[in-house]
Amino acid sequence: MARWGMTIDLDRCTACQGCVTACQAENNLPPTGMDDANKGRNYTWMEMIPFAGEGERPKAIDRLLPRPCLHCDHPPCVKVCPVGATFKSEEGIVGQIFSRCIGCRYCTTACPYTARYFNWTTPQWPEPLAKHLNPDVSLRPKGVVEKCTLCHHRLQNARDKARAENRPLRPGEYISACAEACPTDAMVFGDLDNPESEVSKLANSQRAFKLLEDLGTEPKVIYLREGN
Amino acid sequence: MASAPAAISGPLILGDKSPGQVTDDVCSALERGPARSWWIAIAISSSMLLLGLITVAYQVLTGIGTWGLNNTVGWAFDITNFVFWIGIGHAGTLISAVLFLFRQKWRTSVNRAAEAMTIFAVICAGIFPLIHMGRPWLAHWMAPYPNTRGPLWINFRSPLVWDFFAISTYFTISLMFWYVGLIPDMATMRDRLTGGWRKKAANFLSLGWNGSFRTWFHYETVYLLLAGLATPLVVSVHTIVSWDFATSVIPGWHTTILPPYFVAGAIFSGMSMVLTLMLIARKTMGLEDYLTKRHVGAMCKLLIATGGMVAIAYATEFVAAMYSNNDYEQFAFINRAKGPLCWSYWIMVSCNVLTPQILWFKWARSNMVVVFVVSILINIGMWFERFVIIVTSLHRDYLPSNWTGYAPTSIEIATLVGSFGLFLTLFLLFCRFVPVIAIAEVKGVLSHGRKSHE
Repeated sequence: MARWGMTIDLDRCTACQGCVTACQAENNLPPTGMDDANKGRNYTWMEMIPFAGEGERPKAIDRLLPRPCLHCDHPPCVKVCPVGATFKSEEGIVGQIFSRCIGCRYCTTACPYTARYFNWTTPQWPEPLAKHLNPDVSLRPKGVVEKCTLCHHRLQNARDKARAENRPLRPGEYISACAEACPTDAMVFGDLDNPESEVSKLANSQRAFKLLEDLGTEPKVIYLREGN
Repeated sequence: MASAPAAISGPLILGDKSPGQVTDDVCSALERGPARSWWIAIAISSSMLLLGLITVAYQVLTGIGTWGLNNTVGWAFDITNFVFWIGIGHAGTLISAVLFLFRQKWRTSVNRAAEAMTIFAVICAGIFPLIHMGRPWLAHWMAPYPNTRGPLWINFRSPLVWDFFAISTYFTISLMFWYVGLIPDMATMRDRLTGGWRKKAANFLSLGWNGSFRTWFHYETVYLLLAGLATPLVVSVHTIVSWDFATSVIPGWHTTILPPYFVAGAIFSGMSMVLTLMLIARKTMGLEDYLTKRHVGAMCKLLIATGGMVAIAYATEFVAAMYSNNDYEQFAFINRAKGPLCWSYWIMVSCNVLTPQILWFKWARSNMVVVFVVSILINIGMWFERFVIIVTSLHRDYLPSNWTGYAPTSIEIATLVGSFGLFLTLFLLFCRFVPVIAIAEVKGVLSHGRKSHE
């Protein structure tokens, strides 16, 4: 069975935020208004998180790191959900059943990466955007938690297609919207358990590191450090 | 009123009262019409309750967006209030069950009111987990019941589910214990009242009590068994509440000290609330002979003991963080003392650690004004303790890019005021309709008819 994951090469990433936009469009994320943004209530399943680079200010270069949900192998959010609305699938995807969520926000609190988003208000799309919603992804009502699903609707579509054609799923057939949109191919998506896949080779390379590795959450989104 | 300060021995109930006088003293307050001060108090408390009801209705209709929370600080006032109220309840169970098993006779004057306080505090506490949900109308999904949702079941690994069981057990046992203790007094009321709905209610609630030896024997047995059942709850409920935090990997929460620290804090805060209410009841209802300075002194000593445990816990947390050599943990504690919300930390320390130290002095323990002020300050300090644990840990978590601030909105503050309104309204109604002193139990500790205590 596949173990889906992704590597993000920080050497290749230009911080263009194409992944952020692709995710917003693919997953029907409402645009955060000024008010909500000021309150710290952005909806960005894929978020560019800033961190200080090397060197002294003001010469130091600030870096941006694309941070989707890291789809931990030991997800702290899944353990704490009282109603089982969030789960880890057999293939390692940390999913969220929006209609099951009661909105207690224990998962948003327990996630050390703050990669989960609560719908503080009823999401709204200003006019042309409301007509561009992706029919494959359900809309979330006010009061539930949402998160990056690793575009698992794409996995379902790819699997349905393969089943219809009576063949196994081909490598590269299922890819998340962020990885697909990345213009510099910084993001490589695939099966981490397949030793032949590019993603597993990169994930096992010398440059690979995991965000907040000491916590033991075992993320499946793995970063490749810059330089050398 | 005895002028001598509380002594180790001496009568528990002053005034050399006969059993009949005790009944008269406690019941006459109920049989008279309510005093003017009671009307003023209930007008204020029910207005606070009404304010709370309006804000909760508005918040449920509009959504949690009306609160000051954000993506990083997902819990703040809601869970602070929840932990505060559930902690208050613990002193009631300690007084009623643990002190009963330890044969502490002074508890008889206090236990009825303390248990009532427990029940009302648990009601207030139970509201917050409910209204803090994004979709409170789906709260029943927390309960394991057969349903048509296929493989979707509750997650028994979630501390929130443990909470649900802990609190519902606590409420049920506390209510049963309180009610069983009330039965002989209900019979007393039934026998005294001449008619009306109150006699009917007392008649029903006294369950055919006839005062025979057999009835007393059964009553004492059940009461002892319930005390035994309630005793582990003093430790278990707040331990489980602390697991909400201790099992998450958030710096400042992920520590093994939390359960004992929470239990000590719960008893500390509950004792101070019992003292606050007791001192008011004593003064306004003329119960100085029953709630004597000796009782107040004993409670003050418990405050010093539990306050000391809380102080040790504060210190231990710091030492453990420094000793861990874990940057995140160390930063979380330095941030508590020096960060943007440091004022809440220092309110906590000054109210909970410094204030109770005055109670080492006998003159302070026998001065009711001093004790009252101390109890109020501890109530405030213990509310801030929960605020510090929850908000300062969350607003500075692992990734600095997620750091935010937090400020409550008027809705959150009004909800807190409303919960106090609910608590005080219930307590005032209790004072009007139920004997605030356990008449039957107090009769067992009277000095009347005994030669000497010495």
